[in-house]
Amino acid sequence: MIKTERVFMPAKYMIHTQIVPNRFRPLTKSGIIAWWEGCLGCRVCVKRQCVYGVYRNRDLDVRQMIDSMDNQCMNCLRCVQGCPRELIHKSINPEYEALGDSHWTPDIIAQLWNQAETGKIPVSGAGYSGPFSGPGFDSMWTDMSEIVRPTRDGIHGREYISTGIDLGGTPKHLAFTDSGDLESEPPSLVDMPLPIILRVPPFGSLSDNTIKGWAMGARELGTFLALPNEIIKGELLAFKKNLIPIISPCHPLLHDALEGVRLVEVPWGEKWKEITQKIKEAHPSVLISYRTPLVRGVEEKVLSIVNSGVSIIYLEGTSSGRVTDDNSIFIKDGIRQTHLALVDNGMRDEITILAGGGLAMAEHAAKSIICGADGVFIDFPILIALECRMCRRCTKGLPCPVEIDRAEASWVASRVTNLIGAWHNQLLEVMSAMGIRDVRRLRGETGRAMFYEDLDRSTFGSLGTLREGYELE
Amino acid sequence: MNKELPEVVITPSRFRNPIGKYRLHRTNECTGCGQCVEICPYGVHVKIGRVLTKNHYRCIGPECPNACFEACPAGALSLKRNPTFDTMGDLRWTPDLLVSTWCMAETGDVPQGGLEYRIGDSNGGFDRLRLVFPRFHRTNSSPLNEEVDLGIELNRRDNSSHRIRIEVPFYGAGMSYGSVSITTMLSRVRAATALSTFSCTGEGGYPDQLKPYDDHVITQVATGLFGVREETIKRVRIVEFKYAQGAKPGLGGHLLGDKVTPAVARMREAVVGYPLFSPFPFHSVYSVEDHKKHVDWIKAINPNALISVKVSTPTDVDMVAIGSYYAGAHIIHLDGSYGGTGAAPDIAKKNIAMPIEYAIPIVHKFLMEEGVRDKITVIASGGIRTPHDVAKIIALGADGVCTGTAELVALECIRCHNCESGRGCARGIATTDSELMKLIDIDWGTQRIINLFIAWRKELIRILKRLGMKSIRELVGKTDCLVHLDYMNK
Repeated sequence: MIKTERVFMPAKYMIHTQIVPNRFRPLTKSGIIAWWEGCLGCRVCVKRQCVYGVYRNRDLDVRQMIDSMDNQCMNCLRCVQGCPRELIHKSINPEYEALGDSHWTPDIIAQLWNQAETGKIPVSGAGYSGPFSGPGFDSMWTDMSEIVRPTRDGIHGREYISTGIDLGGTPKHLAFTDSGDLESEPPSLVDMPLPIILRVPPFGSLSDNTIKGWAMGARELGTFLALPNEIIKGELLAFKKNLIPIISPCHPLLHDALEGVRLVEVPWGEKWKEITQKIKEAHPSVLISYRTPLVRGVEEKVLSIVNSGVSIIYLEGTSSGRVTDDNSIFIKDGIRQTHLALVDNGMRDEITILAGGGLAMAEHAAKSIICGADGVFIDFPILIALECRMCRRCTKGLPCPVEIDRAEASWVASRVTNLIGAWHNQLLEVMSAMGIRDVRRLRGETGRAMFYEDLDRSTFGSLGTLREGYELE
Repeated sequence: MNKELPEVVITPSRFRNPIGKYRLHRTNECTGCGQCVEICPYGVHVKIGRVLTKNHYRCIGPECPNACFEACPAGALSLKRNPTFDTMGDLRWTPDLLVSTWCMAETGDVPQGGLEYRIGDSNGGFDRLRLVFPRFHRTNSSPLNEEVDLGIELNRRDNSSHRIRIEVPFYGAGMSYGSVSITTMLSRVRAATALSTFSCTGEGGYPDQLKPYDDHVITQVATGLFGVREETIKRVRIVEFKYAQGAKPGLGGHLLGDKVTPAVARMREAVVGYPLFSPFPFHSVYSVEDHKKHVDWIKAINPNALISVKVSTPTDVDMVAIGSYYAGAHIIHLDGSYGGTGAAPDIAKKNIAMPIEYAIPIVHKFLMEEGVRDKITVIASGGIRTPHDVAKIIALGADGVCTGTAELVALECIRCHNCESGRGCARGIATTDSELMKLIDIDWGTQRIINLFIAWRKELIRILKRLGMKSIRELVGKTDCLVHLDYMNK
């Protein structure tokens, strides 16, 4: 008799977003400069004709001393171009330009604020406005499909695209007994619905509410929040299923916090065996991820780590997306080399590679995976989602200009849910265009990406000679 | 040329205060002597009773040979950079490119100074490529302006379809009714008619107002099939299949609900106020054979029509191009990843598919190797901003280009990127709002685009003459006319 079993599709993974207003008015790229001196008081003033009602709805935020005009202005310049006395101008806002640094640029920060507020994919009119290519992840493009290969319509919900991944290694083969039963141990895996894990950033004006909000967000999203083992107590213990305690050799193990967690993180170092043993004895079912800095030639180290039976590695780059010992090498290249070395040695599926360090945009997650990571950690984006301006005043003990430490946990959770909701949809966009239905299939698909170094040289490398008797235009 | 060129008519900005790079400040020290009016070659100052600085935007700044701000006997004039200038544009369409395109649309010629009108600041592709010219010009052998031929044949494969020649190596890319106003559409198509070229309807239907210009219209069949009927297919000489768009490769089109006004809804046979999705891909096309079925379908309705296939630039763009040729296309239109759009996810615009500067050489070379390059017309688009971009992409292997954003900039688009929000473009270009649409007069719009294209034409002729070429056809694939600064021998 044929045994039939009904197979159910897993429930579709959806992230519910809603508008979660900013607590402070965001800085804008440019500002309106309008003065009264010389104003003719025209009956039909250009200010009254503003399509967006900027001047009509104007108010002043006394706490921040910010004029609402700049937040509402959409830069159509009609008032600038219409005023008969030319009394209105626009000017670049130096405070905006000073946001962040060369990696966490003002535009990236503003775009993260916006996604955390709206939960929506950034959409705009007109073409791309940025540089031709750039450092790190900006030096690669992803593929699309047309005519000869189908795409997937995931974003509008008409086709199911899975963003789920498993953490943990899988055996090279399965062994069965003569009677057909499984002989080998089934692999121990943790599955999660999206390849993005939250991580408490190295600095920030944080309170218990901030951490709790992030944990709530992680639970809502079905992902994890990685945080130091020693701070998991009190209310946080309720979120253990969605926490990754980070063990530090300098602190004693907080066993209360470890009981019932699915995953812990241990730094790869001299004491790794000792710590592993201690954890395994008390909590045999927990999976351990080993953190190691992403350095030049990290692939050799990863191969040896895999040989010692480890099943999850977290490769950590710097907060500006570089390998830790060479500022000219980007984590994208470190991930790619590690992935390829593992493939060459037939070991890729024995290990899960998590990557992190400076991931700032949704595309960085997709591109890390294309380069060979299974999943990624993000840290500063979950802080910037809370309106952080990356001013680093908190690192000097100064008060936070946007009072992150005073934000309610529920607000924190919703902002992070929005941000990840927007990132999830953007990951779907990239996969839709490529025609890939499962993020596990995206891993290492460098053949479906285009790299600036290769493409530029093969296209223009031969155009370097200025012949005798010729001159540049 | 078979047809007379339209004339340049000076067509200034429709706004009271045109934006330029510089501003001249006049203090009360001014005695009204009028010396600035006399020495300025650009008409910046005027004397109407007293002396006024009326046309700041024409000032070319510090490089001016007759600087009023130095010559003023009372020391009343000082030169400042206009702060608004620097808030406009971006790395691809720099403020310099915006203002110089406005200058071309006003005067029909490139700016006289003070502005970089050839390249942007993207630091790659077109912006790092330079044309190279012979150092010594043999003036006696160089052709006359009238002898330089910029025209291209669009049908290079068969005698059974229309023979169509366009007199300039560019035509207007698809912009749908709904994404832009009828005034913008009419301005574009009327300019295209005047220059003996074409303009494409995009996928939002074929408004009746375009009827007088049918011979210069390309109608688009895209996945939404909005307003596509037998009648519209029969009206035109070229039909374009849009498989993908450079700005959102692999993703569908999306017209937000606010822009679906009663008129747009009628044209697209849809419901007012509801967003319209144009799915991706054509759910009937999963192979070159399926694509051929599409081409045959058009051929059955309009046997003489030329078929253009608009595709984006995936890794295997060469396979897509050759497949399109064998399915019967006359034109393969490659839309690179940095092209314009009414609304697209930023992640798609930035990251998905390759820039046109890579795709054209790949396709050109592959079609040559396959022995069919001279049987198909290769059109490039997606980031063509200037006549120099046109020359560069042709030298890389295209036959001609499609223009889009440049035409909108001629209508005074400032690239604020808000085409999609609310009532649409506040400057009246990409909107269907009945009030905002009135900001543009059709004759003004038509003449601005004509002027821009005449300026492009003149510049292309100047380029070809310096290269010693008599026809734009000679430039196709001549990569030795180019140098890429990143690879230049030091």
